[in-house]
Order: sequence, then structure tokens, then C-alpha cells
Amino acid sequence: MLKYVLSRLATFIPTFIGVTLISFAFIRVLPGDPIVVMAGERGITEERYAQLQQQFGFDRPIYVQFWDYFTGVLQGDLGNSFVTKKPVWDEFFSLFPATLELSICAMIFAVALGLPAGVIAAVNRGKFFDRALMSTALVGYSMPIFWWALLLIIVFSGNLGWTPVSGRIDLLYYFPNATGFMLIDSLASGQDGAFLSALRHLLLPTIVLGTIPLAVIARQTRSAMLEVLGEDYIRTARAKGMSSGRINGIHALRNALIPVITVIGLSVGTLLAGAILTETIFSWPGIGKWMVDSIFRRDYPVVQGGLLLIAVMVMVVNLTVDMLYGIINPKIRKR
Amino acid sequence: MSFTTKLAAGAMLMALGATAASAQSLVYCSEGSPEGFDPALYTAGTTFDASSHPIYNRLAEFKVGTTEVVPGLAESWEVSEDGKKVTFKLRQGVKFHSNDQFTPTRDFNADDVIFSFDRQGNEENPYNKVSGGTWEYFGAMSMPDLVESIEKVDDYTVVFNLTRPEAPFIANMAMDFASIVSKEYADAMLEAGTPEMVNQAPIGTGPFKFQAYQKDAVIRYLRNDEYWGDPAKVESLIFAITPDASVRYQKVQAGECHVMAYPNPADVQAMKDAEDIVVMEQEGLNVGYLAYNTQVAPFDNAKVRKALNMAIDKQAIIDVVFQGSGEIAKNPLPPTMWSYNDAIEDDNYDPEAAKAMLEEEGVSDLSMKIWAMPVQRPYNPNARRMAELMQEDFSKVGVDVEIVSYEWGEYLERSKAKDRDGAVLLGWTGDNGDPDNFLAVLLGCDGVEKSNRAQWCNEEFDALIQKAKVLPTQEEREPLYKEAQEIFKDQAPWATIAHSVVYMTMRPEVENYVVHPLGGHIFNQVGLKQ
Repeated sequence: MLKYVLSRLATFIPTFIGVTLISFAFIRVLPGDPIVVMAGERGITEERYAQLQQQFGFDRPIYVQFWDYFTGVLQGDLGNSFVTKKPVWDEFFSLFPATLELSICAMIFAVALGLPAGVIAAVNRGKFFDRALMSTALVGYSMPIFWWALLLIIVFSGNLGWTPVSGRIDLLYYFPNATGFMLIDSLASGQDGAFLSALRHLLLPTIVLGTIPLAVIARQTRSAMLEVLGEDYIRTARAKGMSSGRINGIHALRNALIPVITVIGLSVGTLLAGAILTETIFSWPGIGKWMVDSIFRRDYPVVQGGLLLIAVMVMVVNLTVDMLYGIINPKIRKR
Repeated sequence: MSFTTKLAAGAMLMALGATAASAQSLVYCSEGSPEGFDPALYTAGTTFDASSHPIYNRLAEFKVGTTEVVPGLAESWEVSEDGKKVTFKLRQGVKFHSNDQFTPTRDFNADDVIFSFDRQGNEENPYNKVSGGTWEYFGAMSMPDLVESIEKVDDYTVVFNLTRPEAPFIANMAMDFASIVSKEYADAMLEAGTPEMVNQAPIGTGPFKFQAYQKDAVIRYLRNDEYWGDPAKVESLIFAITPDASVRYQKVQAGECHVMAYPNPADVQAMKDAEDIVVMEQEGLNVGYLAYNTQVAPFDNAKVRKALNMAIDKQAIIDVVFQGSGEIAKNPLPPTMWSYNDAIEDDNYDPEAAKAMLEEEGVSDLSMKIWAMPVQRPYNPNARRMAELMQEDFSKVGVDVEIVSYEWGEYLERSKAKDRDGAVLLGWTGDNGDPDNFLAVLLGCDGVEKSNRAQWCNEEFDALIQKAKVLPTQEEREPLYKEAQEIFKDQAPWATIAHSVVYMTMRPEVENYVVHPLGGHIFNQVGLKQ
């Protein structure tokens, strides 16, 4: 197992260097000079332009800029945002808990509904239930997030008044953000109703963000289950009279989980991408909206630092998924 | 007390608390996050709404709802005969806010005024580089060239020595970048090694005190009970940052906010029809235009430009691009600006006459480029669509149009070139409510290859605006600007297209909201009906 973990870790380092380079290059390849964008219609004089170039360090050769950035990254310094002038690192970690909280809830929602739906569909293959579930999943997968979010807001917040429209908690509540996770902070604040309010605010964004992963997981579980259910050992188990609950739940599901876990791991990237839209609509103060704003403003340090941190998160999750394979399937860890 | 009674009592208390709090708190659904809280560092209206309007004051102020300049932290001012010396008499007894790190030991005085400007212009000032200061507006309003020195005569008298007489200078002093910050606070933060706090935890003299900001989510302010002017009507002011316009509207309907800015034009009619929603409107202090390159043939011929202007169906643009939330522009100045010349007649939409005029000038088989901005701006919500409509209009008079676009930064840069090919869609939003801020910046000879995208330098026009700039009173300046607008109309360096209409959507319990022509959202005077 140790050797397996080490070999996985070894691939981490070149990927990390590659990602640092790409995140640095990406924003610079886009046309548009950050200083000109900052000045807008009002324009900027040549002297002032040169002065700012020097201040931001753009007058140095590109490889010097990259080396500075790279050595900074190794020391945990991602630079300061051009716009807010605050360290990128601080901004990221003040916003990331909001994205993480939403992503975790969305993932729980997707797995909690997607797995059973896939299993039920597979067991009832070809019957009405299977078809209904799978067509719903297809609709869920193809639905534009923006439209879906507005639809839910109009129905549940506007017409029915069951859920709040947007935000993370009712504005009546005011307490310091100790952890940045609203569910935890609201509980810790001890204010009556704060936790419930945070939970109600989480509901619609969770559903919106979880819809696509839910559909993917349901479909993947179904097909993996179908494959496993056709195996010889399942037939053997049936032949020796084992209950179908035991066969589906233990023998089939456990073996079907490997591809499903892969999909869950890959969905983390999808979740972060979906978070950009979901966060914008629900005024959710996470990193998705922060990144988009920064790209428009050509805020180099934020874009490159944010991309790098997100990439590292995705890499860590996938590394964890690789480890999980080893736990679920002993054959893999022995290889 | 039984458990149920306790529960009921608790619920009642909570309900009471909730009503009390909401009656005292005004919630504004804002469209975006502020970049910071030191207005001199930034140029975005969203930042000014969150910083300069609630937290700070300036020497002079714009009277809310007008472009009229009234005394602020300066009780009065005097301009010397040669126009090069402006003396401000400062208000006494004005208190700065306090926060956890700082409690002021003295009132506002001349040192704060000098510090507020010195840090923007003087590279030796320790705050010049703090927070990566770029001081865009200070530069854009030509302050480095204009202000020779600032002198403290006594604690409550400050003199600005100017390099030339400049009538709009007083209006500049009412702009956001001229907000007065506390020197004492800045010094204390420099000593504590946290100078960036001046930008992050602002201290001002304004009607609201900054309480807390949770990035991209909420900004909270408390009423400043020691405010020198009329105190704010509500106890606390909350900005709920809500980037999506449809969501903002849902929040107003659900009672989660009281006021919202920038509704979707498509929703405005439904809002007006809704019973429990109030919509206020006013023409914005802006203009959207198409600037020909007047230095390149055949656009160097005023008749050709005039003919093309007659070929544009502006009403169709208002209907389609602005979806009704705009007004046809006939002048380069917006109608809410003083000296707007309402006597001028717009070029009528007349494709036949336009075609004949082009033929008369010997222009046939003309093909040209129209540049469409890649971004949405207040004066032009959809430049691409606008360009397409113009393409169709011009094809009716035999002019072939190719639409081009560049990334926004590139667009701004390339459109400045003197030999630029084609006519550029662009616009402007006023800074200080002074006509000079439109006519000189956008059409003056000094602006060629800079903000004058038409590359238009007309001696007669330029002489008028240069003269108007140094005259001391509005009455003397007004006729010159009116005449300049006549020359503009005759020479047609632009096709003036539209002034957008600004809408504010709010709940009926909101009292005294006033739409401000300079574009800011100001809540000092706003109350809530009980």
C-alpha cells in the first residue's frame, strides 16, 4: 500500500509544476492589458502607464516574472490582487469555505439520491421505473444551470415563499465568521434560528449545484450495476439461494462502486465549474464568482493563484479517490 | 411557566425583535462587491456607493438629486480674481468615526485635507504606494498639472494654488476621489504596521460608520450619531451583494431587500405594473455615440458624416437595444446637465435624403467598419446589436458595413489611433456634473489620439470651450457651451445615439429615495415607513 501511495504522490509533483506554468501563462495569453482595462474610457497617460508597469513588475522579462511567481508559490506567497490589494491567499481562504460547504452539500445530495436511484433502475431494468428515472436523469444532465436556478427561485421563493431567494443567512443574524462554514458558525453563535436560516438558504443552491452530478452518478451506478449483475458469481449467489437484497446490496454494489467513485472524483471539477454559475445566481460568496470577476478585470495574481489552488484541490481529491480504490479493491493496492 | 408557554414567549420575542430590527435597517441589494473602501484608489461606481457616499464627506458636495455643488466639509470657499487661488474655510466640530483599533483624539481639520490630496500626488508621501495606489481619478481629472500646492493657513483654512484658472475645480472637489480621510488614523495605522487598514476598515466623517464587510456577501453600516449634517434616518444600512438582476428583483418582491439598482430593462414594465413595487426613473448623466474618424476620407467631410447620421434609425435602437430604457440623444451633453441646448434640432431619420446627400458629395460604393464594444456599459447595453442595426440602416443608403470588435482593453487602445479605420461605438458617464467634463474631454483638440475618438479638432469649438473653462460663473459659461453644441451639431463628428434611463426599484415603504443624476446610490436621507 505504501508503495502505491508513493507512486501516486510522485505524479503529483510534475503535475503541480505544469499547473503553475499553465496558470501563469493562461491569463497572459488572453488579449487585454490590465492597466488599460483598469483605466477604462478615461484612458491613461504614457508616463503613468510606464509608472504602473514598473509598479506591477510588467516591465521585467517574462521569465523573470515567472521565476518570481514560482518561487513565491513555493513559499506560499501568491501575490496581492491588483484590485483589492489584498493577498490572494487570504482572499481565497476567506471565500473557499463557502464554496466547499456548498459543494459538500451538493455532493451529499447527489450521492444520497443518485446511488439508490441507479441501483433501483438497474434492478428494475427495462421496466417503467428504470425508464422514468433515466429520462429524468437525462433531463437533469442537460438542463442549463442558470435556467434551472431561476426556475426554482421563482417557484419556491417567489410563488410559494418557502425558501429565501439568495444569500447564506438571514441578514438579521450577525456574528463573526470563525470557520467560514455558515452551518458551523451559525450553530456556534448560539443565536436562535440562525442554524435553521443557514440551512434554508443552502437548500436551493444545493439542489441546483447537485443536479448534474446526481444525474451522472445515477446513470453511472445503473450501468456499473448492470455489468456486475451479469457476472458469473452473481448467478452463483442466486443459485445458492441468497436473498436478492443481499446480492444487490453487498456483492453487486460493492463491485459496481469503483467506476462510480471515479465519477464522483471527477465530479469535483464539474462542481467547481458549476459553482461559478450557482454562486453568481444565489449571491453565494465563494471562489467561483471571485474568479470570474478577476478574469474580466485581468487581475493576474488572482487568476493565476486561484487557478493554481483550485487545480491543487482537484488533484488532492483525485489522489484521495485513487487511495479509495485501494481500500475498496485489494487487487489494486497489491498491483 | 410550562415548556409550551416558554416556547410561545420566545417565539413572540423573536418575532418582535425581527420587526424592530427590520424597521430600523435599510437593506439595499447592490449589484457587486466594492474593490475596497478608499474611494481615491478606485473608479467603479459600485465602490463609490459602498465607500464615499455612506462613509465619507468632501470639501464640497453634490446636492442629492442634482449636479449643484453645495458646501460640505468646507463651509465656504473663495476664488481669487485671477482664478488661481481657491481658499476653503473648513467646518469646525466635525468628528471622525472610531473603530476597534482607533479612536480619534481631535476633530477634522486642515491636516486631514492636505493629507487626503498629498498622498495621491506626492510620491514621497508614505501612503502614496500603500495598497498599490494608482490614484486613477486624481490623474484623470488632471490634478497633478492643475494643483501647484496646497497650503494650510490655519487649522480651519486651506488654500489650493492652481497653475491656471479652472472653473470645474470646485466640482472636482465634490467628486469621490476627493473624499477626506483621517490623517490621524492613517498615521496610527502606519505606526501599527497595518497601513492597508485605511482601505479595509475605513474611518470617515460621513453619515454612516463602517461596521463589517463579508467579501462578496454583505456590507454593514451603523448610523453615525455624531454626524455634523442631517443624521441618517435609519439605524443601520445593509448592502446585500446580489450580482444577478433577476435575483435582485425576486429579493425585493420577497421583502429581502428594500431597494435595488439596475433592473433588467425587460423587467421594468412588469415592475411598473406590480402593485407593491415602486419604480423611479431619470435620464442618466451619460451619452452613447458613434465617433467617425474625422481625419480619414470620406469622413473628413462634415456632409458625409451628417448624411450617415440621417441614415440611422435611432428610435429603432432605443426600442431594440435599450428596450425602451433610453432616450434619443441629440447633443453630446445629457439633458440633466446645465447648459444643455434644447433648442437644437436633431437630424431627422431620412434614408432617401441621406442617399441623395452622399451622391452629391460624390460618395458611392462606400464600405466602412463599425467598431462594437465587447462589454455592456450604462450608455450602451448591447453594442453588437446596435452595430447590426446600423449596418442594416447604412445598407439602405448604399454603404457597406463590416462590424469589428476587440477585447475591451484592446478596443480602448486601438480606437485612439489617429489613422484608425472606421467609426467607433463608445460613450461616457459624467464625473463632476460639469459640461467641460464632456465637451473638453471628448471633443477638445487636446483629446485627439486620446479620449477624443473622432480625432476631431475644430478651432472655433475649441476656443469656446477653452474660454468657458476659465470663466468664474455658471451664467457666463452657459452661453458659450450652448454655442459649442451648435457647432458640434453642424459639424457632426459623432452620431449621438442615446442617453440611458436609470431605474431604481424599491418597496413602497421606502421614503425619500432620490435618483442621483451622477449615478451614485445615496441613502443618507432615506427612511422606512413604520
